[in-house]
Amino acid sequence: MTDALAKNHADAATAFDVDSIRRDFPAMQLKVYGKPLAYLDNAATSQKPESVIEAEAHWYRESCANVHRGVHALSVKATAAYESARQKLAGFINAANTREIVFVRGTTDAINLVAGSFARNRLDPGDEIVISGLEHHSNIVPWQLLCEERGAKLRVARLDDRGDVDMDEYARLLSERTRMVALSHISNALGTINPIERMIELAHERDIPVLVDGAQAAPHKKIDVQALGCEFYAFSSHKMFGPTGVGALYGRLDLLSEMPPYQGGGEMIRTVSFDKTEYAEPPARFEAGTPNIAGAVGFGAAVDYLLKVGLDRIEAYEDELLAYATERLLKVPDLRLIGTARRKAAVLSFVVGDVHAHDVGTILDQEGVAIRTGHHCAQPVMERYGVPATSRASLAFYNTREEVDRLVAGLGRIREVFGG
Amino acid sequence: MSDLMDLYQEVILDHNKQPRNFGPLPDADHQAEGYNPLCGDQLKVYLKLAGDVIEDVHFDGSGCAISKASASLMTEAVKGKTLAEAEELFGGFHDLLTGDPSVRAEAPAKLGKLAVFEGVREFPVRVKCATLAWHTLQAALAGDSEQVTTE
Ligand SMILES: Cc1ncc(COP(=O)(O)O)c(C=O)c1O
Repeated sequence: MTDALAKNHADAATAFDVDSIRRDFPAMQLKVYGKPLAYLDNAATSQKPESVIEAEAHWYRESCANVHRGVHALSVKATAAYESARQKLAGFINAANTREIVFVRGTTDAINLVAGSFARNRLDPGDEIVISGLEHHSNIVPWQLLCEERGAKLRVARLDDRGDVDMDEYARLLSERTRMVALSHISNALGTINPIERMIELAHERDIPVLVDGAQAAPHKKIDVQALGCEFYAFSSHKMFGPTGVGALYGRLDLLSEMPPYQGGGEMIRTVSFDKTEYAEPPARFEAGTPNIAGAVGFGAAVDYLLKVGLDRIEAYEDELLAYATERLLKVPDLRLIGTARRKAAVLSFVVGDVHAHDVGTILDQEGVAIRTGHHCAQPVMERYGVPATSRASLAFYNTREEVDRLVAGLGRIREVFGG
Repeated sequence: MSDLMDLYQEVILDHNKQPRNFGPLPDADHQAEGYNPLCGDQLKVYLKLAGDVIEDVHFDGSGCAISKASASLMTEAVKGKTLAEAEELFGGFHDLLTGDPSVRAEAPAKLGKLAVFEGVREFPVRVKCATLAWHTLQAALAGDSEQVTTE
């Protein structure tokens, strides 16, 4: 970071009015066991601002009808709301064309779509798919299933001790047998921000298409799919302060246009007869059945909210909070941070002495501090560090230094209970 | 805080720190592996039977304080018991954790040391930690070679 950039960052962080942000989120007023909730489990899912809750409720109250089906006024209104959400999402990630946004159930669904409809047809026995050692189970298992089915091989670029992907090994794994690369932009278990631009570049030097799992990046960073140049980008609404049950797959239009349907049903066809069915153009081709219309509308409202707050300001504030939390946690006796990558998002995975993460979670919970404990759907990452589980605090822009202090104070209680 | 102290009783902390009957049992004739996918607890229970009496029982693996202490106290509780008695103990233990409080009024007496887990009642997400060892014991007795999980 240049000095000027660093200064901009710092200015943006100080200008950030977190109290006013917190008033936008009803969950920030919640209490557990009589104590204010400190919600530090944002990598699992995020809380929703009033504007998102209201957008969804409003759609149910005043625009509820099926989409693309009716001539009646309400259906037209519903369709307009749904398609307007698609447009917002396209703008949000700077897609060249709105039709490059496919509404799906979430990141998992998006990855399965690409595995089943795109990669499957390019995979012969002996071919390879490359992923990294950082991946969430949802960016491992679909590829494993596919490799099994096609007699292909899954190759995994290892992590170094800090939690960065070994780039030399990654480059070495890319070969003339590689048909697909699938990488997370940001790791949910460790917070590592992958050098995704470089990783995409290396794959493209060999004409290998790349899917980026953006589940953890989209809520925290400005995403520009054209600048990244990736073929696919997958993300979930619920991690972006939007509703559950909806997400988006960005796919380059020329590729989507060549891909066969993922599921069959209504919406995804042009004409159906018992002899032959003609498929609709993307994105409809990949949206069989009645979609999560209210969810998509809420997703659009979440994007509006993020843009209003400003991704640059969010990133600067979270960077500053991460630095503070890291410093505080490192002073906790016997605490070992797992994941100290060069570039990190606001995720802090740790173990405390020989106290199991589950016990840490229970003790913090009693203090009203909500964190995640376990393997974070990334068992290979846990194995890499030789721990069965970690405790993980993951921060968002509505979190505060005071909540970090409460986390640290809660960790102090571990000694009271367990001694040592 | 009082709830926390109810959960993490002295006896539980002691068995967590110094688990009894810990480690494999070389001449075991039954064994099974238990797994709690929620938190990654993983333990193995080894048994040696003489007729229908549990002559020896060991466990090993990794897990939270509740699951480890529960496994340790279980091995002490069932050693020397008949299979029927062990089964009955588990029934009582299960009721202690999840049952209707009025029905299990006299149960803790029969359970002996196992009664220290009563505090787990107040932490429903932790019940599975406390019962993992017992489910694994059942699986070992049933001769299931497959891993049991709490899900
Ligand atoms: C990095 C990463 N990828 C994929 C997923 C899966 O997302 P979803 O459960 O919304 O499909 C998650 C969420 O847990 C994640 O953190």
